[in-house]
Amino acid sequence: MKAAIIVFPGSNREGDVAKALVQAGAKAVKVWHADSELPPGTDLVVLPGGFSYGDYLRCGAIAGRANIMDAVRAHAARGGLVLGICNGFQILCESGLLPGILMRNANLRFICHRQFLRVERSDTAFTSEYRKGKVIDVCVAHGEGNYTADYETLKRLEGEGLVAFRYCNAQGTVTDDSNRNGSMNAIAGIYSDKLNVLGMMPHPENLIDGLTGGTDGRGLFRSLVQSIAAQAA
Amino acid sequence: MIRNDTPITPELVKEHGLKPDEYERLCALIGREPTLTELGIVSAMWNEHCSYKSSRLHLKNLPTEAPWVIQGPGENAGIIDIGDGLACAFKMESHNHPSFIEPYQGATTGVGGILRDVFTMGARPIAALNALRFGEPAHPKTRHLVAGVVAGVGGYGNSFGVPTVGGQFGFHPRYNGNILVNAMAVGLVKKDEIFYAAAAGVGNPIVYLGSKTGRDGIHGATMASAEFDDKSEEKRPTVQVGDPFAEKLLLEACLELMQSDSVIAIQDMGAAGLTCSAVEMGAKGNLGVELDLDKVPCREEGMSAYEMMLSESQERMLMVLKPEKEKEAEAIFRKWGLDFAVIGFTTDTLRFVVKHKGAVMADLPIKELGDEAPLYDRPHVPTPKKPQISPESVIAPIPNREALLKLVASPDQCSKRWVWEQYDHLILGNTVQSPGGDAAVVRIQEGPKGLALTSDVTPRYCEADPVEGGKQAVAEAWRNITASGGTPLAITDNLNFGNPERSEAMGQLVGCLEGIGEACRALSFPVVSGNVSLYNETNGEGILPTPTIGGVGLLEDVTRNASVAFKRGQDIVLLIGETTGWLGQSIYLSEICGRVEGAPPSVDLAGEKRNGDFVRELIRSGEVDTVHDCSDGGVALAVAEMAMAGNIGMVFSTPPETLPLHALLFGEDQARYVVSVPAETAPSILERAKRAGVPAFRIGATGGGALHLPKEPPISVAELKQAHEDWLPSYMAGQSS
Repeated sequence: MKAAIIVFPGSNREGDVAKALVQAGAKAVKVWHADSELPPGTDLVVLPGGFSYGDYLRCGAIAGRANIMDAVRAHAARGGLVLGICNGFQILCESGLLPGILMRNANLRFICHRQFLRVERSDTAFTSEYRKGKVIDVCVAHGEGNYTADYETLKRLEGEGLVAFRYCNAQGTVTDDSNRNGSMNAIAGIYSDKLNVLGMMPHPENLIDGLTGGTDGRGLFRSLVQSIAAQAA
Repeated sequence: MIRNDTPITPELVKEHGLKPDEYERLCALIGREPTLTELGIVSAMWNEHCSYKSSRLHLKNLPTEAPWVIQGPGENAGIIDIGDGLACAFKMESHNHPSFIEPYQGATTGVGGILRDVFTMGARPIAALNALRFGEPAHPKTRHLVAGVVAGVGGYGNSFGVPTVGGQFGFHPRYNGNILVNAMAVGLVKKDEIFYAAAAGVGNPIVYLGSKTGRDGIHGATMASAEFDDKSEEKRPTVQVGDPFAEKLLLEACLELMQSDSVIAIQDMGAAGLTCSAVEMGAKGNLGVELDLDKVPCREEGMSAYEMMLSESQERMLMVLKPEKEKEAEAIFRKWGLDFAVIGFTTDTLRFVVKHKGAVMADLPIKELGDEAPLYDRPHVPTPKKPQISPESVIAPIPNREALLKLVASPDQCSKRWVWEQYDHLILGNTVQSPGGDAAVVRIQEGPKGLALTSDVTPRYCEADPVEGGKQAVAEAWRNITASGGTPLAITDNLNFGNPERSEAMGQLVGCLEGIGEACRALSFPVVSGNVSLYNETNGEGILPTPTIGGVGLLEDVTRNASVAFKRGQDIVLLIGETTGWLGQSIYLSEICGRVEGAPPSVDLAGEKRNGDFVRELIRSGEVDTVHDCSDGGVALAVAEMAMAGNIGMVFSTPPETLPLHALLFGEDQARYVVSVPAETAPSILERAKRAGVPAFRIGATGGGALHLPKEPPISVAELKQAHEDWLPSYMAGQSS
């Protein structure tokens, strides 16, 4: 599997996600935001975490309009896989690839902590290595992760099963305490209509090693590698 | 615009922070009256912050060498060899005065400055730490300052992309008018790819890189060298504004440029901006420097030479480049969207010449700007020794379990989760031990090595006895690294003191330095970088003497580290080190008995080394994975923290009746560790300790959900945790003080 990680000025978790992809058996190349084409043979586009353009405007607003994003939109339109993590999720929302928006956290502060997520479905290219309802232990690190959408959008996301992950406690129950950024319906990640684009606030790429906290994040990257391998076969 | 030929009056000299005799020294040096720009340049070079004129004499007694030291004090950061062709660059620096005036921006620029110091040497930052001291919780400004500083520290590091892995956080009324914000950065660099500030070669281009120059921060370094008064708020315009996004670009651009073999010398523009950086590059390389200010990228219209030379706009660098590489270098900077301008060149004149609009605005001897800076042997008096308090003389006013519950929820000992959750401590994926333990542990690249990082000082000990307090600060840093499994290698010191022109405050500085030096020598723990922040006084009241020690240690195999959390039930809990029940200057005495008295615990450096080496070997051999050092609050607090971190209780054995129980539990004797080991390995460890001359005692066993202090009803770990976790969030929400 060949992954193209888009690097914007201010991206800062591109190395972390590259490590996770390589560990799962993928090839990862970095692509500069000012380029206009993805490398030939790109299977997966990753928009990494960070503070693109300093997040001085709305998070992801400038990056969502970067040169490379036309190629990313075209890749998605062809059914290609796109993963946006943290700032990448914000960029996906700003670029029109996913609905809704990420607002300031409910407590108005940046928060970095370990976080349980419930995997809402396991029949996608991103989550096949998990089982539905599994609780995974990852981490969050964001100031603007409060997922917000209008009523119709929310109803559609829920109705069509497009919620990928929800914030929950260790038992898999969604509570106010476990949804610390205040996201609507405790949404931590969502899919596009065709399930080929995933945006999520938490960082699975930082939970790939027992020594540094755990390995629950590996499943996502392995799922992606397997899904591409299955397509090729 | 202020004219360069403005007559230099005594008032103008005073406004620049120069004493009359210092001004005379300047006139004698150049053989005439200075121009306004020259006065500005010299005031920047000769203030306390840049010249260390009060501390230099005493700093030179600190040990700075060891076989593993590559670069000691005097560069942007200290550098130590960590093997495998790699080196670790690190430094700590204060940003106290600006943070009191404008907490968010003061803190961000403090973090930005120290990160820049590290990557200026070619090192990619891999971790940040800090030490924050605020006034008493009840003071009306404290909440606002805490909120702003913490958000600022996080705001910069999070965006820049470095994990903030550790630090200190405390309150005391003596910081009411003068908080402390000390920031530390740690980076990795290949041993043969280190960059230095010394310029080389005549006629080489001097290049300005990074953000544009504005009017912010003019006289920031002078502000940092003066006492505060009620008008300090008016100094807000001298506080710089941090831009972590620009710094991240600057980092990537600089590291990319360094790989292209274009850079001869590099210096960041920190305190006193263009002035300090250009002078240091020239002076260190025995070269002159000529600058043409018409070429400096400016953010604002009509800036004078004086303003450009003193601006402390952030995220700027100065480099001397190989002339043939200029185009290549420019392309890299343009790619990152940063300014790149050749603003001058090196000369063989040993003069520092500044031109603006065709006119010479300053022409000064470059070496003398640094070498001839005033040097003072300020009068200093030692702090009178305080009597030792016997454990028997302290009567326990409340039961020990109540004392412990009170201590875990006290402002200084409560959980700092509210703080460190605002810092991204997980980015880069190498954080092995997060904030909240002893030293933080980060893996080095793909391993197997790791670094143990800590920042420590106990200001109340330094106040009571500067020499012992100085020793203790170093010893505690050494101990925290040891408790995590690291071999302590070197320190950076951030010396925060009051007005050196007061002999008592100067005595505190001298005393602490004596203690620091003694401990560093005894523990082979040299000082490789540092910063001095004096004049931390407001309306004549000084802060507690606070020499913050940032320590770095190495783990050869990072998988063999120890953390504070109890990990199993039925472990035997051992106390390593001698307990005399030392309650003088303890938090038990102050928080529970309301007495701030006595001599602080004495530091036996030989015992410290013996006990620490023993514990480290247990971790390194893989026998022990659970260790906590004993510091504030003694054994009781150490054990409580271990129980809370692991959600496992502990039952104390019945102790010998040689000491009052509360002294045994809460005494702050140094050189001690609590170690939790599987029952089957305990006898062998006790036996080996005996042979090594290391005091070691069985004090209890882990298990259950409660902490059973001797002779008292148990406290559930849940109750402890609630008390421990609640105080800071409710205080910040305005619900307690």
